[in-house]
Amino acid sequence: MTDTATPLYNPQDLMRAQVRWRMLETVFWVSALLPFFVAETYLVLCTQIAIAALFALSLDLLVGYSGIVSLGHAVYFGIGAYTAGLLAKYGWGEPLSGLLLAGLVAMLFGYLISFIMVRITHFALIMVTIGLCLLFEEFGNQAHDITGGHDGLQGVRMWRLFGTFRWDLYGFTAYAYSLVVVFLCFLVIRRIINSPFGLSLRGMRENARRMPAIGAPSKQRLQIVYTISATFAGIAGGLLAQTTQFVALDALSFQRSAEVLVMLVLGGAGRLYGGIIGSIIFLVARDQLASNNPQYWYFWLGLLLILVIIFLPNGILGGIAHLLSRRKKS
Amino acid sequence: MSTSVLSTRNLQKKFGQLVVARDISIDLPKGARYALIGPNGAGKTTLINLLTGMLAPDGGQVFLDEADITTLPPSERVKRGLVRTFQINTLFPNISPLEAVTLVVCERKGEAGTWWRGLPGYGASIEEAYETLKSIGLGDHVDRPTRQLAYGQQRLLEIALALATKPHVLLLDEPAAGVPKGESQELFTAIAGLSSDISILFIEHDMDVVFRFASRIIVMVSGGILVEGAPAEISADKRVHEVYLGSAHHA
Ligand SMILES: Nc1ncnc2c1ncn2[C@@H]1O[C@H](COP(=O)(O)OP(=O)(O)OP(=O)(O)O)[C@@H](O)[C@H]1O
Ligand SMILES: [Mg+2]
Repeated sequence: MTDTATPLYNPQDLMRAQVRWRMLETVFWVSALLPFFVAETYLVLCTQIAIAALFALSLDLLVGYSGIVSLGHAVYFGIGAYTAGLLAKYGWGEPLSGLLLAGLVAMLFGYLISFIMVRITHFALIMVTIGLCLLFEEFGNQAHDITGGHDGLQGVRMWRLFGTFRWDLYGFTAYAYSLVVVFLCFLVIRRIINSPFGLSLRGMRENARRMPAIGAPSKQRLQIVYTISATFAGIAGGLLAQTTQFVALDALSFQRSAEVLVMLVLGGAGRLYGGIIGSIIFLVARDQLASNNPQYWYFWLGLLLILVIIFLPNGILGGIAHLLSRRKKS
Repeated sequence: MSTSVLSTRNLQKKFGQLVVARDISIDLPKGARYALIGPNGAGKTTLINLLTGMLAPDGGQVFLDEADITTLPPSERVKRGLVRTFQINTLFPNISPLEAVTLVVCERKGEAGTWWRGLPGYGASIEEAYETLKSIGLGDHVDRPTRQLAYGQQRLLEIALALATKPHVLLLDEPAAGVPKGESQELFTAIAGLSSDISILFIEHDMDVVFRFASRIIVMVSGGILVEGAPAEISADKRVHEVYLGSAHHA
């Protein structure tokens, strides 16, 4: 059809190559099983990482893929955590249904709040999300009778997983449970990102002004992604409540909102694995450094964040991708 | 009015004290190749913004296929076939042309809301996007991020995005803006070759191009329509010469 000098594209192959499951991904998820065998004492940390990774992934749907910032994402994390925690405290300790409800309640809040979110952009959005977070945190503090306020939610009793597996002290069950849930959520999020809906999210991120001119109902899309994102954040929060059998007020806090954003930006937003890598680096570094002195840890975190932002504006994964593409060219 | 696909009645728009649309009434018949000309700041882009709903008029109405669409949101107008391009590239820098046009096709077919099925499952839409890119001469540049395309290719993509919506009224805001003269002739030849089912209104500063490709010309000056007529009438019009053509044009 065309002359032979020009490359012949198969457009469907190009699209398939974009979404293909890569070998490295299998390696990554298989190596997530290693802690069971080689790092038993770190299972608790690994569970925290898995939960943070899911939380960061949920935020990535907004920040990395849709181009909307949120500094209040802990609202949904906290709602999920309190939902799962309260359920278990007041007699329903079944983990799976509890987690599902945590996600659903966060979804409901996400949907309601999305009506505000789609009306504002940029700076106003940052401020409003911070405001919401402070609001919910203070509400959690005032509602002492329900949430336990600053003392946290005590008396969370989880039933055995599938009626069989006890929540052991080492955290075998907790890590296995979290890992499976996070992996399943990851698969769903991956599918969302690689769907036509996901493409339209990237469209909004790349050029919100063009979207209406190609017939895209941007506001409706934003509401949907906001709701989906809140749901996964709620599931992450629910996991934390269930695996620690406790909910601290800081599940809702502004600090948690900021930290998850830092993890995502460190790893690289809009790259699927960015949030995961970011939470591994963040939590491992904190574990190593903060044991001496918390201030010390914040010093290193601040330094790392500044260096990454200046030298790797697309995060650590973005930097690696850049290096690889340069290597390929030369 | 019965034959016009797009028309306006007494459109008004002010930015503060500045009147940018003054009683604008136009009628675009089916299959039109109309040019909209006027000096910088005349309000041409503003008129396109009003037609497509990106700006709300202070007064007046817009009709598409006889239906009053004055309050319809922009994306709904696109669904009804009223589509524009932008004077300044308004593209998706970090996604490829293939992805961008596939997105447009998916939007048109109502597939873009689907989140539970992967993109490779939409082979027909991907192929259609590729054909659209090929038809406009971008067949060899479908795979790179848009920001890496040459400027002229980005101008073509600007049009490809609009074409993929299958418009029946197409508003082109200086499609050849910034493109060298030789290439702009090519670009307009491609535009002229579009199906006559598509009615076109284009903004263009190059008078050679305007007189060659327009069947009719609307001249705007400071927010109002100065005159509208066939190319011969316009080139003979004294007022047009005074305010716009000056001495640069030799008809
Ligand atoms: N959003 C806005 N707010 C205030 N003034 C505006 C706005 N958009 C355009 N204007 C002003 O309205 C006038 C008309 O602008 P417009 O872009 O429609 O002109 P134009 O005919 O397209 O000009 P050009 O040939 O340079 O593209 C200009 O004086 C411009 O500065
Ligand atoms: Mg203009």
